[in-house]
Amino acid sequence: MSRFLELTLAASLIAAPAVSEGLGLGREATPDEIAIWDIDIRPDGTGLPEGSGDVFTGEEIYVENCAVCHGDFGEAVGRWPVLAGGRDSLTDERPVKTIGSYWPYLSTVYDYINRAMPFGNAQSLEPDQIYAITAYLLYMNDIVDDDFELSHENFTEVELPNAPNFYPDDRVETELAAFSVEPCMSDCKPSVEITARAAIVDVTPEETAAKAESMAAAEPEAAPEPEPTPAAPVIDAELALAGEKVFRKCKSCHQVGEGAKNKTGPLLNGIINHAAGAVEGYKYSKALAEQASAGLVWDEATLAAFLANPKATVSGTKMSFRGLKSDEDIAAVTEYLKTFAE
Amino acid sequence: MTDSPSQGHSRRKFLKGAALAGAGAATAGMARANDPAISVQPWMQELGDGVDAAPYGSPSPFEADVKRRNVEWLTADPVSSVNFTPLHDLDGIITPNGLCFERHHGGVAQVDPAEHRLMINGLVDRPLVFTMEDLKRFPRENHVYFLECAANSGMEWRGAQLNGCQFTHGMIHNVMYTGVPLRLILQEAGIKTSGKWILPEGADASGMTRSIPMEKALDDCLVALKMNGEALRPEQGYPVRLVVPGWEGNMWVKWLRRIEVGDQPWHHREETSKYTDLLADGQARRFTWEMDAKSVITNPSPQAPLTHGPGPTVLTGVAWSGRGTIPRVDVSIDGGKSWAEARMDGPSFDKSMHRFYYDFNWDGRPLLLQSRAHDSTGYVQPTKDQLREIRGVNSIYHNNGIQTWAVDEKGNAENVEVS
Repeated sequence: MSRFLELTLAASLIAAPAVSEGLGLGREATPDEIAIWDIDIRPDGTGLPEGSGDVFTGEEIYVENCAVCHGDFGEAVGRWPVLAGGRDSLTDERPVKTIGSYWPYLSTVYDYINRAMPFGNAQSLEPDQIYAITAYLLYMNDIVDDDFELSHENFTEVELPNAPNFYPDDRVETELAAFSVEPCMSDCKPSVEITARAAIVDVTPEETAAKAESMAAAEPEAAPEPEPTPAAPVIDAELALAGEKVFRKCKSCHQVGEGAKNKTGPLLNGIINHAAGAVEGYKYSKALAEQASAGLVWDEATLAAFLANPKATVSGTKMSFRGLKSDEDIAAVTEYLKTFAE
Repeated sequence: MTDSPSQGHSRRKFLKGAALAGAGAATAGMARANDPAISVQPWMQELGDGVDAAPYGSPSPFEADVKRRNVEWLTADPVSSVNFTPLHDLDGIITPNGLCFERHHGGVAQVDPAEHRLMINGLVDRPLVFTMEDLKRFPRENHVYFLECAANSGMEWRGAQLNGCQFTHGMIHNVMYTGVPLRLILQEAGIKTSGKWILPEGADASGMTRSIPMEKALDDCLVALKMNGEALRPEQGYPVRLVVPGWEGNMWVKWLRRIEVGDQPWHHREETSKYTDLLADGQARRFTWEMDAKSVITNPSPQAPLTHGPGPTVLTGVAWSGRGTIPRVDVSIDGGKSWAEARMDGPSFDKSMHRFYYDFNWDGRPLLLQSRAHDSTGYVQPTKDQLREIRGVNSIYHNNGIQTWAVDEKGNAENVEVS
């Protein structure tokens, strides 16, 4: 970007900017400020930072940061985006649109990883890491060999196979005239048959309101009179309520409460004072499994350290979360989790 | 009574029908004698809340069911996901702020306006930074526009799937924006003659970006600060969003933090891998920005059945076009065999939602309801099959085909397709 900017500035100095009737609002953006926010990349390579990364390095970074949602081979977990495969599937009944099968430009891959990934920890990767992940994605899509190294210098030489198959909106030519005729108003067809019914497909969400009502009605019966048990921790209700809000940051990967299941991350019922790495049916990272067998227990202290900086506390964890910055948030979310003691 | 819209109906006939129906089947909700509601109710005796009880008001608790809903199976998680406007619970043309559907790619950013800046850079004479206070000093305008997600009705390409106009058509809202013409802000920075495109960018964790041609940017785009008179809601981009009238919702970048001017498009993720229309031959259209004319009957519909039995019925719905106004909507109650012009009502604004009504006497027999929008360019909303003929069924986006609701003799409605 800086070269681009210099050229732009130089050009503007030479060409003497056209005087526009401005209001004089705002202030000049400094080149340093622009450099912080202007991170976009174009297909011609404009905006690419210096750097490089190879397929093997990319695999390591990918497994640590991306595989939790996108799968070890880009095949995706659940409904997260599939990143690899799907070649020649675009005319199939169910096309698989991936970087290799659909995306037209490699610059889009770099730009998107750089601005928005890993999900929940955007703009945390260094250029060399992004070049490496991008190289690995190309490898998984059979576009480069396993000894390939991607850099700002060879970046624009890589062409994605589906690039020629995009063309600009042509509805004006192909549709507008055909759809701009006075339509039939009476006796338009001799008979009408129903050809498809949504009720048969049956994918409409249940009426959530009715469900909530019946749950609320059932609650007084289900919850017995509070019985003080010696083991029950005393919950600071206000703090737990604040923690429920903080937990929104965790929700995209973790479930807690009745009916909670393992998702991208393990379910968290009863996690406080529980042995780490012990939720049934959840596949932990090697790093966390090792700590677990070394006896790690999620008490308030270990959990606080982990939540403040997951990657630093358990190096190699697949929890791709930046960490909670404030101690209050950590205390609150811990209190919230305590309410789900088993 | 008549069940054919093409025959129309007179006022006298209408009243006669109502009287007959009323005499025949007294159903819940109809006024009748010895009504226990006609008594001295608690609210007639007891005092209500004072003016300090609800400094920011909410709807009646009896309207608790009127809310956005999501479809869990659509997306991997609720953070990068969508919910839907309850169109069947609304009337008129304005969507209340709390009911405007949401689509986020990195959740709702909670932005402190004092810590928010709008930067203009790239091919400009003077790259600039604005505070929110600066933006409020530009001349501003008020416009009512619809915002429709390009994927609205996208689940219906292969056939009827979801039962309810909230789910089939609810990725749309229509509000009045107060904002600064983008033209004024770009002019403040001075666009170089080589500047042909802009790249608006959001401040959320997805850093949303889209390429928009300069012609549109200078035409009618707004940098909006308010919706329906109050500050934008966080889920709609507080404190500032881009408004791109008539064009697909994804381009209306929320939490707007930067606009770059360039000489060519950027081809970022949301204009290559997403929001491109894959056709049956494996080729894909890109830059399909304009929203085609579309309409849907909101009542009756699967979530809003006819509960009153035969007699006078208010059928209503909404229509809109990214290319202008909606001077006319046709309605069919027999699955498209015959059509009648609906009654347009309420204000007609450019690139805004329009409200239509069709008041008829229901004879209690099953109905196949359809609506068909005509926009001010002469474009007529096509059938789903007409669209499929050109586009196939894999394009996800821009499905503006005619919707059919089958209403049975009990008044229950279902999402169907007809021959």
